[in-house]
Amino acid sequence: MLPDSASAIPPPDVAVPVRPGLIELFVAFAKMSLAGFGGVLVWARRAIVDQHRWMTPEEFNEAFALCHFLPGPNIVNLSVVFGARFRGIPGSIAAFLGLVGPPVVIVTVLAAIYARYGEIPALQRTLAGVSCAAVGLFLAVIVRMTMPLLKKRDPVALVLLAAVFAAIGMLRLPLVPVLFVAIPLSVVVTFILRRRNAS
Amino acid sequence: MNSPTSTLFTMAWTFGLMSLLAIGGANSTIPEMHRVAVEVRHWMSDAQFADMFAIAQLSPGPNVLIVTLIGYHVAGIAGALVATFAMCGPSAVLAYFVSDTLTRSHQSIWPSILQAALVPISIGLMCASGFILTLTTGGTWVAVALIVGAAVLALATQLNPLWMLVVGGILGFAGVV
Repeated sequence: MLPDSASAIPPPDVAVPVRPGLIELFVAFAKMSLAGFGGVLVWARRAIVDQHRWMTPEEFNEAFALCHFLPGPNIVNLSVVFGARFRGIPGSIAAFLGLVGPPVVIVTVLAAIYARYGEIPALQRTLAGVSCAAVGLFLAVIVRMTMPLLKKRDPVALVLLAAVFAAIGMLRLPLVPVLFVAIPLSVVVTFILRRRNAS
Repeated sequence: MNSPTSTLFTMAWTFGLMSLLAIGGANSTIPEMHRVAVEVRHWMSDAQFADMFAIAQLSPGPNVLIVTLIGYHVAGIAGALVATFAMCGPSAVLAYFVSDTLTRSHQSIWPSILQAALVPISIGLMCASGFILTLTTGGTWVAVALIVGAAVLALATQLNPLWMLVVGGILGFAGVV
C-alpha cells in the first residue's frame, strides 16, 4: 500500500529538520490515534511536538488553527496537512491511513458485535449508561467552548448562536439551507461591524 | 429499503456533503446525522443512535468514527467504509489544497472575518448536538441526572473521561438508568 520511500531518505542534513518517512508517518499517526480515547488532539500534540519534534509548538498551533477553521473532522485534516508538509500527497495518504485505518478496524469489529448482540438487555442497559456519561462529557466540552463567547457579550454572535441552535436543534431543519442563510449573514454582519469599529 | 447500491450511494452523498459542512469539526454535524439516519431514512432508532455515540466515544481514534458505526449498521462492511471515507475524504482534499496554497504564498492570511463569522455558527451547532444527544438518551430524570453529573465532574475535576464512561456503564448494567 505504501511505497517504500522511507529507505530513500537522504542522510540527515544538519540544516534541514528531520523529515519523517512514509512508514514513520503512518506508524506515528496510528499510535496517537489508538492512544486517543475521547479525542486525539492531546496525543497528536504530544507526539508531533514533544516526542518527535517534527514541529515547534507555534507551528503546531498554526496548523491546528487552520484545520479547525476548515470544515470536516479537525484531526483528520491535521493528518493530511501534516503529511503533505513533509512528504506531499503520499505523506498525506500515509498519515491519513495511519490515523483512520486502525481505529476503523476496531470500530467495525465493535459494530459487528453490536449488530449481533445489541438486543441483549444487559448490554442495552450498559450502553444506555455509557451514553449518558458520554453525553455529559460532551456537554462539558460545549460549556467550555461557549464560555468565552458568553464572556465577550457580543450580542450579534449570541443571537446568531441562538438562531442556529433553534433552527437545527429544535426545529430540526436540514443543515444545508440553514448554513446557506447563516454563513453569508454572519460574514456580512461581521464585516459591517468591523468597518464600523475601525472608522 | 432501497437496493444496497443505492443505499451506499445515498450514504456517500449524504456524508460527503456533511464533510464539507462540518464547521468546527465533525461533532457539529451530529444533528444532521441524526436527522438523516433516524428521522428521514429510518435507518435506526433514537436509542440505537445514542448507543453508537457511546460506542464511538468508548473506542480509540477520532470521534468522527460514529459514521463508521452508522455505515456498518446500514450496509455492513461496505457501508462502514463508504461512510468513513465520504465523511473524511472531501474535507481532507480541501485541507490539502488550502494548506498547499498557504504554504506557497507564505502568508497565513486565511480571512479572519470568515473565521470570526464561523465561530458562533459552529458553537450553535455544537449546542444543538448536545441537545439532540441528550434527547436520544431517553430524557428520563435518572438519565438527565447522570448526564448532568458527568458534565459537572468533567468541568470541575481532571478525572480521566474513560472512568466516567466505565462508571456510566456499570450504573447502566446495574439497572439504574
